[in-house]
Amino acid sequence: MDHFLTEDQQMIVDLARQITDELVIPNRARYDETEEYPLDIVEALAKSDFFALFVPVEYGGLGGGCYDLVLALEQIGRGCVGIATAYAASALGAYPIVVGGSHELKSKYLPDIATGKKRAAFALTESNAGSDAGGIQTTAVLDGDEWVLNGTKQWITNGGQAHLYTVIAITDPSKGARGASMFVVEADDPGFSCGPKEKKMGIRCSATTELIFRDCRIPKDRMIGRQGTGFITVMKTLDKSRPGIASLGIGLAQAAVDESVTYAKGRYQFGKPIIAFQAVQHMLADMAIETEAARALVYVAARHIDAHPKDMSKASAMCKVKATDVAMKVTVDAVQVLAGYGYMREYPVEKMMRDAKILQIYEGTNQIQRNVVGQELNKEYT
Amino acid sequence: MLIIDTEACIGCGLCEDNCPFDAIHVEDGKAVVNDSCTLCGTCVDHCEVEALSIARDEKEGIDLAAWSGIWVYAEYRNGKVAQVTNELLGVGTDLAAQRGVELAAVLLCGEAGDIPQQLIAAGAHKVYVVEDPALTNFTDDSYGNAMEDLANKYKPEVILAGATAIGRSFIPRVATSLKTGLTADCTDLAIGEDGHLHQTRPAFGGNIMATIMCPKHRPQMSTVRPMVMKANIPDANRQGEVISEAIAPERLKSRARVVRSVLSEGEQLNLSEADVVVSGGRGLDNPEGFKLVEELASLLDGAVGATRAAVDSGWIGYPHQVGQTGKTVASKLYVACGISGAIQHVIGMKSSETIVAINRDPKAAIFDVADYGVVGDLFEILPRVIEKLKERRS
Amino acid sequence: MRIVVCIKQVPDAKDVRLDPVTNTLSREGVKSVINPYDRHAMEEGVRLKELYGGTVTVVSMGPPQAQAILREAISCGVDDAILVSDRAFAGADTLATTYTLSQAIKKTGEVDLVLCGKQATDGDTAQVGPGLAVRLGMPYVTCVKKITGVKGQVLSVERMMDDGYDEVEVDLPALLTVVKEINVPRFPSIRGLRKAKAFDIPSYTAADIDADPDQLGLGGSPTWVVKVFPPEAKGDRTMLEGSLDEIVEKLAEILSDSAHGA
Repeated sequence: MDHFLTEDQQMIVDLARQITDELVIPNRARYDETEEYPLDIVEALAKSDFFALFVPVEYGGLGGGCYDLVLALEQIGRGCVGIATAYAASALGAYPIVVGGSHELKSKYLPDIATGKKRAAFALTESNAGSDAGGIQTTAVLDGDEWVLNGTKQWITNGGQAHLYTVIAITDPSKGARGASMFVVEADDPGFSCGPKEKKMGIRCSATTELIFRDCRIPKDRMIGRQGTGFITVMKTLDKSRPGIASLGIGLAQAAVDESVTYAKGRYQFGKPIIAFQAVQHMLADMAIETEAARALVYVAARHIDAHPKDMSKASAMCKVKATDVAMKVTVDAVQVLAGYGYMREYPVEKMMRDAKILQIYEGTNQIQRNVVGQELNKEYT
Repeated sequence: MLIIDTEACIGCGLCEDNCPFDAIHVEDGKAVVNDSCTLCGTCVDHCEVEALSIARDEKEGIDLAAWSGIWVYAEYRNGKVAQVTNELLGVGTDLAAQRGVELAAVLLCGEAGDIPQQLIAAGAHKVYVVEDPALTNFTDDSYGNAMEDLANKYKPEVILAGATAIGRSFIPRVATSLKTGLTADCTDLAIGEDGHLHQTRPAFGGNIMATIMCPKHRPQMSTVRPMVMKANIPDANRQGEVISEAIAPERLKSRARVVRSVLSEGEQLNLSEADVVVSGGRGLDNPEGFKLVEELASLLDGAVGATRAAVDSGWIGYPHQVGQTGKTVASKLYVACGISGAIQHVIGMKSSETIVAINRDPKAAIFDVADYGVVGDLFEILPRVIEKLKERRS
Repeated sequence: MRIVVCIKQVPDAKDVRLDPVTNTLSREGVKSVINPYDRHAMEEGVRLKELYGGTVTVVSMGPPQAQAILREAISCGVDDAILVSDRAFAGADTLATTYTLSQAIKKTGEVDLVLCGKQATDGDTAQVGPGLAVRLGMPYVTCVKKITGVKGQVLSVERMMDDGYDEVEVDLPALLTVVKEINVPRFPSIRGLRKAKAFDIPSYTAADIDADPDQLGLGGSPTWVVKVFPPEAKGDRTMLEGSLDEIVEKLAEILSDSAHGA
């Protein structure tokens, strides 16, 4: 459906589509199989300014809005959610600096992120702190001019591949949520290391590791924002990044629809292409309807966020839930339409189904997103 | 330019239908030519009312009679004469006979040894030899200048060279310096009734053949595709004259210098010389499908070939590509699996002795060059044929 | 380093096929693209610029529609683009083309390096690069698969040969023709696309490049295309027919006999 994109937005879509069709799709099966980090594709995206897209103009970026990034990520996600995650993780890792960092911190890091020379990662989750961010145990203690970090982060996307990590740690255990602060840790800081790459169900090429801080010493000025603002920065970061996950969902759902319809037209049973059977036809119709509906919500949410940056929580959570639930359902149905072939690794839909699952989990589970929507409703109706 | 007689033109559209370049269209009932026109003359031939003609400036040409003899550049590198040189001496023998002139080979090298005798045995009446240490390694400056100086001195009417890495590199330099025409990668050469050399080559991505002439300039120059022309049977008793030539030292100075030559023959796939080639194209659908081709090739002790489409899809490496931009093969048996027969592929394999084509599309152009054709599903046929051949083997 | 890259607009080879009924090239839906080899020349130019500084200018001789590929070149990182376009250039063979291009390149000023694709996929002559070098008075190296370094005014390259490769040093200014192995061309960039959209491409006519009319187009071309025809078909082929088993049996026999005879 026509979403009346501007000429510039259409150009971003076309370029992302070209890179997806010519580089991502031909290589996705190999990367899924080898579980290697898709460095060549990430570098190609960098050369084409996709890392500049989410960095403000004054720091060497293109200052693209939420909508621009959504459009780009939708295309790349249509090709491979794993590769798209390897790219999007840098945006997520950079957002804390964008939303909470000082001018000095931004000037130091953002220009290199914009060119892709440096990749970023966002480090929140720990073994006892996922959905409940209050359980964070990593600590940061000031020692002279340095912060000393101790603790372990878990399941960090871009672990081992990023050059800088935005990390939340407790700076004042007595203050609860207000006692957390965010820092920038560089990959070669003393006392910092990454664990081995985790083995995952889907998005296998994207790197996921533990981050280990053992008396990791960083200069004082690496704190993002003021002390105690860590949670606020995390919340703002995730509000900003979730439409990106939603866009991976609609890209993936679209890819599943494309594969399913093409297959159903070419697969003959009982002398007819299976698309001629109403049972199949209705499945395909529902898949397409759900995908279009989700896309419309994601686009509207992105435009809303660009227009009302202070009021993004609900729109962001809503579109993340809808688009990723749709991606899950549509990819499961795609495997059903392709049936035996769909279950085989030779066809791309089984990978799509495996990849879809993470979208309902990471950057806040869909259950947590529903909490956010519910809380916002509660506020609105007082 | 193309002249359109708008009085005569009846707007029938035959020109438009036949133009290979989308360069002529009927607008308001009359033919109109656009910038894509290459003046190939196809429309002129098809026009039934003689409304089209090509006007060429009848400029004063050079004195064609002053140029005589057929020359073959004898490619010599790392102690070996290239096979294409013998093929050129083969076709050169015919051309020289038709023109009633001599056939000469030109050898540029550090040390000639008995190469001139080999060239005479292969058909040359004369061999011009330039021996100079500066010619030990191939460089475009030194080889180009030497060839140019010899051509200016002896004025041959035709210069042929192999369309090899060396020939295609320095021969254009010679043609440009001599301000004459050069036709690349010819697959057919003949002397026309007009006495000119008619050079035929695949054009437009190899989809059509074009015959090209160089009627007002000399020498007429061509590079010729290897494995297309027939060499003479070498005759050690054939007599010929060896003429040593010296080129001015400053003309042999090169602004490019070869530091080192790295031979990688061992790694090279000997597709061009294989007796059996089994090739696959787009019809194999995916890398798994392509494995059937590899299996069949190995059963027949053959080499594996591929179309550009299969190579571009990453199913197999570029060294396996057969066709216009790949290798030319002249195998005893060529099996084309799932190959549509786009001419850029056909050009590289049609000289094979027996061609077997399997394709699901009965109208596929590959059947036009095939000796045996099978219309059907590769995935049904190939596995069974492979089984059958295994049975026969055991 | 001031680098000029010559590019040509060609029909996308993937789309071109012969219409079996009319025996003409079917051009329905044939896109015009940058000659694939020229993409690699462009990429190498941009890489050299990124490594050693300087500028990259693309030059294309062709009809006004060739503006499209020059814009695409801008979107892929080249700095400047020039179209060389005049009806007087029509019908040019490689000799006339090299004259025209050399006049245009001279017009742009001093050049350190000219890069061309090995050949264009519509003509496959591989003659324009070497011819252009002669016209510009430059040394050249063809089929370059790697540029290994620049030392002062000397460029080190590797050129493909039929039996391996040569390491060659060439004095600058020089011209290189490149093969696909030399690099992987980049995609356009968002900034590049925005720049390309607004870019005003200058167009040089025959008069602009001080060309001698006798050396242009058809009149300046010593070679004449006198005939264009479809390649011949083999007459006497046997189609194997019957049941699948019968076909397989016959086919196995033919393959086995022909391969055995070989």
